[in-house]
Amino acid sequence: MRRKTGGLTPLLYVGPAVFFLLIYQVYPALQTIYLSFLDRRSETFVGLTNYKYVFTSPVMQTAFKNNLLWLIFFTAGTVGLGLLFAILVDRVRYESFAKSIIFMPMAISFVGAGVVWKFMYTYKPQGSEQIGLLNQILIIFGFEPKGWLLESPINTFALIIVGLWIWTGYCMVILSAAYKGIPKELVEAAAVDGANELQVFRHITLPELRPALTMVITTMLVNVLKIFDIIYVMTNGNFGTEVIANRMFKEMFQFANTGRASAIAVVLFLMIIPIMYANIRQKLREG
Amino acid sequence: MNRQKLKKKLPQIVVNVVVILAIVLWFLPTLGLLITSFRPASDVAYSGWWTALSSPLKFTQYTIENYQSVLSSGGMLTAFRNSFIISIGGTVIPVFLAALSAFGLSKLNFKGRGFFYALIVMMLVVPSQMTFIPVLRLYNKLSLSGTFGGLWLVHTGYGLPFSIFMLHTFFQSLPDELFEAAHIDGASIWTTFLRLAIPLSVPALASLVIFQFLAVWNDLLVALIYLGGHQSVAPLTMRLSSLVGSHGQDWHLLTAAAFVSMAVPLIVFLSLQKYFVRGLMGGAVKG
Repeated sequence: MRRKTGGLTPLLYVGPAVFFLLIYQVYPALQTIYLSFLDRRSETFVGLTNYKYVFTSPVMQTAFKNNLLWLIFFTAGTVGLGLLFAILVDRVRYESFAKSIIFMPMAISFVGAGVVWKFMYTYKPQGSEQIGLLNQILIIFGFEPKGWLLESPINTFALIIVGLWIWTGYCMVILSAAYKGIPKELVEAAAVDGANELQVFRHITLPELRPALTMVITTMLVNVLKIFDIIYVMTNGNFGTEVIANRMFKEMFQFANTGRASAIAVVLFLMIIPIMYANIRQKLREG
Repeated sequence: MNRQKLKKKLPQIVVNVVVILAIVLWFLPTLGLLITSFRPASDVAYSGWWTALSSPLKFTQYTIENYQSVLSSGGMLTAFRNSFIISIGGTVIPVFLAALSAFGLSKLNFKGRGFFYALIVMMLVVPSQMTFIPVLRLYNKLSLSGTFGGLWLVHTGYGLPFSIFMLHTFFQSLPDELFEAAHIDGASIWTTFLRLAIPLSVPALASLVIFQFLAVWNDLLVALIYLGGHQSVAPLTMRLSSLVGSHGQDWHLLTAAAFVSMAVPLIVFLSLQKYFVRGLMGGAVKG
């Protein structure tokens, strides 16, 4: 039984947070939906004009296409590598060291990571000394140096790799905790029955990791849809690397078009809802 | 795990090779940044950082000049101070309010409790993009944009849903009998909160504090939106990203600046890794 309290007492505890949520979440979210139907200065009603822009303009098409690339390759990469590392580090003696190193990028800012990788991708014309590690490696193997961040579509993949470098550690840590929770008897029993490594993975590890996998996959999907810092710092959406969140930022500040920026936000919101729903349902089940 | 009995087990050598390769891949980019930040400008521009590795202990090839110049003329020192001010306020306020309301929601019985909790969980779905324009307009009216106070409150608003969710999960796990006993002994609700709930939840609070602190410290987008172009209040992430714009090829400066921005998170991470990981999981995994 929880303590029964009447009157205003509970409000003293819950009230401040609710007040903040109303001011910083509920009211602005509703207002943004409203603004998305108004013109650039929020003066006249323009119907679905802003949404037409969101779905048909070439820049937004590029942004959607890139977010889709991110969605596929970033999510598959982070979760796939995270799962692989979670299983493999369990079998080496320097497990905690390995985990620390792979997880470390998670602690630094995306801006910092952006600088780290912009340096890795630095391009100097052929003939001059390379200072970026990746182009140096290309030269060692007899290739020409590449403008990793300048050529589309390779630049979007170059950015996705930065994302992988940052987030794989997160997936690994969550999956590793779940992996260690798999009852040993299950694997032993399978071994007695003559199962091989691959069968154990398919019929025991994967099903047992399902809740944790749902968690990391949904978290990564939401990350991808909101991805901003890496692109803002490394290319600012130029050379065909634009993404939804960066475009919204540009519409808001560079072009001062409130209507379009709001419509982009609403579309982003609509895409996030089903994923977050799955994510929260999973969290509530676990908690 | 008893894997000896598994048929066709993945050879240990393969496991080691993959894990060591991952460690090297994850560590190299940061190592390159660190070494470059200590090399003289002329070396950085004309030779790769790996050339320093041929005689890594030749200390005459290193210099701290880059750090001196980013800290003095680069404005990184002011930005460092700003990051601290922003992160401390942006952590203390939301964590305190979250503790209050999570306590109220899980240990007090009152009408509308379920509704408030549902509201908070729903707010987890709303991306911050949905709130930028209306909140910024409100801030411009109240002259809160470009101020530390305004940014603290924004980080509070954005951080609360997750913080409450996480602490609520934790408070739920504390036995109600404990709180009943305190009630019977005549303790007021406030005393129960301060003397019982808070001390019992130190591990959870520590995780949350570290998580929120690093999230605010590493934030770029929220600062960009609400601080405008005010460099005097800009945190490290903003300062670093504007250096990328203005000194894009001065890698000796950029690497030093990046490392300044990464120093605090790295120290926090390396010393408090356990709590940080737990904070990131935030109810994803029990315990």
